[in-house]
Amino acid sequence: MSMLFDPALIESLPRFFTPILLAALGGALCQRAGVFNIALEGIMLFGAFAAVAGSYAFHSWEAGLMAAMLAGAAGGLIFAWFSVWRGGDDIVVSIGLNILAIGGTAYLLRGLFHARGTFDDPAIMPVPQIDLPLVAGLPVIGPMLDGQSILVWLAVLLVPVLALMLNRHIFGLRLRAAGENPTALETTGISSRVVRTQALAICGILCGLAGAQLSISNVTLFTEGMSSGRGWIAVVIVLMCSGRMWLILLTAFAFGFIDALGFRIQGLGMPQQFTDALPYVLALAVLGFAYSRRAPKTA
Amino acid sequence: MPDRKRLTMLALLGVVVAAVLFLIPSAPDMIGAFFDGAFGGRRNFNFFSTLSRSSLIVGMALSVLLSFRAGLINIGGEGQLVLGGLVSALVGIYMPGPPLLVGVLALLAAMLTGAIWALLAGFLERGFSIPLLVGSLLLNYPASFIASYLVSHPLRDINSGIAQSHRIPRATYLPRFEGTILDYGIILTAIVAVAVIIAERTTVFGYRARTQGYSASFAQASGFPERRMYFQILAGSGAIAGLVGYIAVFGIAHRYVDGMLVLPLYAWTGVVAVLLARVNPLWVPVAGFLFAALQTGAAGLERSAGIPREMAQVVQGLIILFLAGGRHFLKKPGGTTE
Repeated sequence: MSMLFDPALIESLPRFFTPILLAALGGALCQRAGVFNIALEGIMLFGAFAAVAGSYAFHSWEAGLMAAMLAGAAGGLIFAWFSVWRGGDDIVVSIGLNILAIGGTAYLLRGLFHARGTFDDPAIMPVPQIDLPLVAGLPVIGPMLDGQSILVWLAVLLVPVLALMLNRHIFGLRLRAAGENPTALETTGISSRVVRTQALAICGILCGLAGAQLSISNVTLFTEGMSSGRGWIAVVIVLMCSGRMWLILLTAFAFGFIDALGFRIQGLGMPQQFTDALPYVLALAVLGFAYSRRAPKTA
Repeated sequence: MPDRKRLTMLALLGVVVAAVLFLIPSAPDMIGAFFDGAFGGRRNFNFFSTLSRSSLIVGMALSVLLSFRAGLINIGGEGQLVLGGLVSALVGIYMPGPPLLVGVLALLAAMLTGAIWALLAGFLERGFSIPLLVGSLLLNYPASFIASYLVSHPLRDINSGIAQSHRIPRATYLPRFEGTILDYGIILTAIVAVAVIIAERTTVFGYRARTQGYSASFAQASGFPERRMYFQILAGSGAIAGLVGYIAVFGIAHRYVDGMLVLPLYAWTGVVAVLLARVNPLWVPVAGFLFAALQTGAAGLERSAGIPREMAQVVQGLIILFLAGGRHFLKKPGGTTE
């Protein structure tokens, strides 16, 4: 067991939970605004690709992050256009966007970089690690805090920020109203469509950053389909936590832990396919447990 | 008229694509290459490969149709397809006996496996309140990982150097039409299509399933055997997906290759075809064939003009986006509705 729970495991935790957390936070915002966004997976993939492309083109990780956010926001706005403004079914729009992401990134990968499957290049700048010498020596949590990317800190800090916004800030209240009672919102002169569009754009940016964490922080390359189901895990978290930001943090952390643990077990000779399947089986188990206890309000 | 509006949008999309093509000087050649890839080739080779591919896509579309029609969002077709294909390959390889018997057993085993995997998602919804949409989708991943593991490790054809199973005996192959590469799988798909259309249009079961999809509360008030129908429809949907896996293995690849049913997005293309056909069984084969032609045409375009074939997936995604809207024939789990 000590081979499993060593500092390397703790250190790798943030890399695993950050993409899931960012995407889940975005998905939760949409959920509170009354949009069922299950295109998190696809938008994440857009973000991962854009991050690599931006970082490669400008030799700067900042450009990579900007590109990822722009691509994500674009994804969110495309969703908003077809679903909120044209009255499309959320699920159908999500399916379209997910397929577009799989095909589009593979297409651009071959069209722009003449690469098939994977693109890596020394010119892709990774997001730098933030070294914290003061806390690095702390037992257990030291390795977790030291040497992580800025996105890890951003993701964690967003939890209280978003929670506060939803509960206290005018925009958060409007966002919730758009989800719970759009008519009431409309009578105050605020368009629920505009609010939903804003929520989708923010969600897109967060998913874009989640993709960037995958492609230019955890590694510095892009692989086709590299979001590999993390967006769906985020959807599960969104469904399970019904928009409670702190619960999302906790659950994302748990899934990150399973991911990290799987990665370690794999190192000990367990076939990769089993550890890869672990998060999905676990997601089903957890979802089943959470749902069968409280009867869900199915719309 | 929301329908007309949607068609206008689609026409608009077509005009944009046409305009882009018009700006490229080599457009006529490219269009030629596209049609050659989809329908041409020596002795119409490409046309038959389009037909062969459409037997898979139409099959997956029928699987999706069956459940969507009744308002069940089973998007776990991929997992059902993969496990169906895998199990049929294993029966083909390891089961002794006369080839015909082995073939039939492989077919039945594939359908059974697909059905079980679909029922599992149904059980998760009915027993544990996990929305079918999420449950069926999440089950795709373990399915492909199980298949991937089996053909990468214990059941791998090691000499071939890649992750794939051994070849099934030649005598058990689905026969091909004389002088073509088209296998009899398309006959199986056609039978399923006819069966689905007849069941949907003329039987009590089809009427009830359709009613269920239009208005679950009306179906409940009418005292339909809702629970039984739910599981029957899921099982049927999964069985069709499993059958498609059998066709892919026994008709086309003659073994199970890791990722062969996942990477071409057969299951998702089936969903797209059903949405394009507006969940109407009569149009599903047409839509499925169109998408098969789109994919083989894009492959032809890649061979001659170097345009990545993933273009086909981009077009598919765009079509869905532009078609979305209007009738909400899919229920939303969680979240709030207006």
